[in-house]
Amino acid sequence: MKVEIRYFASIREAVGVAAESVETTADTLAALRDELIALDAPHAQALARGRALRMALNQVMCRESVSLLDGAEVAFFPPVTGG
Amino acid sequence: MSAASSAAARVRIQIQDFDLSAEVAALRGGHAGIGAVCSFIGTVRDRHAAGPEVGAAEPILAMELEHYPGMTEKAIEAMIDQAQQRFDIFDARVIHRVGLLQAMDQIVLVAVASKHRHESFAACEFLMDYLKTQAPFWKKEQTAQGACWVDARVADDAALARWGISASNL
Repeated sequence: MKVEIRYFASIREAVGVAAESVETTADTLAALRDELIALDAPHAQALARGRALRMALNQVMCRESVSLLDGAEVAFFPPVTGG
Repeated sequence: MSAASSAAARVRIQIQDFDLSAEVAALRGGHAGIGAVCSFIGTVRDRHAAGPEVGAAEPILAMELEHYPGMTEKAIEAMIDQAQQRFDIFDARVIHRVGLLQAMDQIVLVAVASKHRHESFAACEFLMDYLKTQAPFWKKEQTAQGACWVDARVADDAALARWGISASNL
């Protein structure tokens, strides 16, 4: 399936792009994260396990155990600091 | 929807500044049933909060605010829906600025209208605690040493926990 991925703030800077479209066989966000980590060094550094990371599926914050959906918009970003 | 709700958007993400008086007037909307309006404004400090002594921290020259267009608005709308379920309030407004801000600039406005003061105070604090940990905004501070992303504060998660909501479980 195909998913749209968006990155924000320090994660966007580490990956080097704000958005990308990927073909994946991952069934969860965690599996997608692993696939991205395996892509190259910038992805590996940005999405590394142990790094404070939040994620959203179709613009709703979620845990990485949630199932991925075809055509979904997935976002990776650091803990938020607004207000 | 309460009688005090107007056609004006409850949530605005904008580059430009806002005017408290105009927003409160719009929120009240001529509704005489409102007996209390509570508002909170967050502003840009010129120093890091973490510095133990005044003057010890590097002055902040400017602050850049990034957000997630679409999700940010939806997340805050959902927070206001929750506030309306928890507290007896008529309506609320949230304005959050993005882009490049300077020290002393206004960043965020939360305003709540209710019959009695306790509900407005509580809902205003609830909305700010929620916004701090759940609304997708990110701050980057610029000092003479360079630019640096602001780290999330554990104290903000603790503030949300007061309302029985765990930030890490969302």
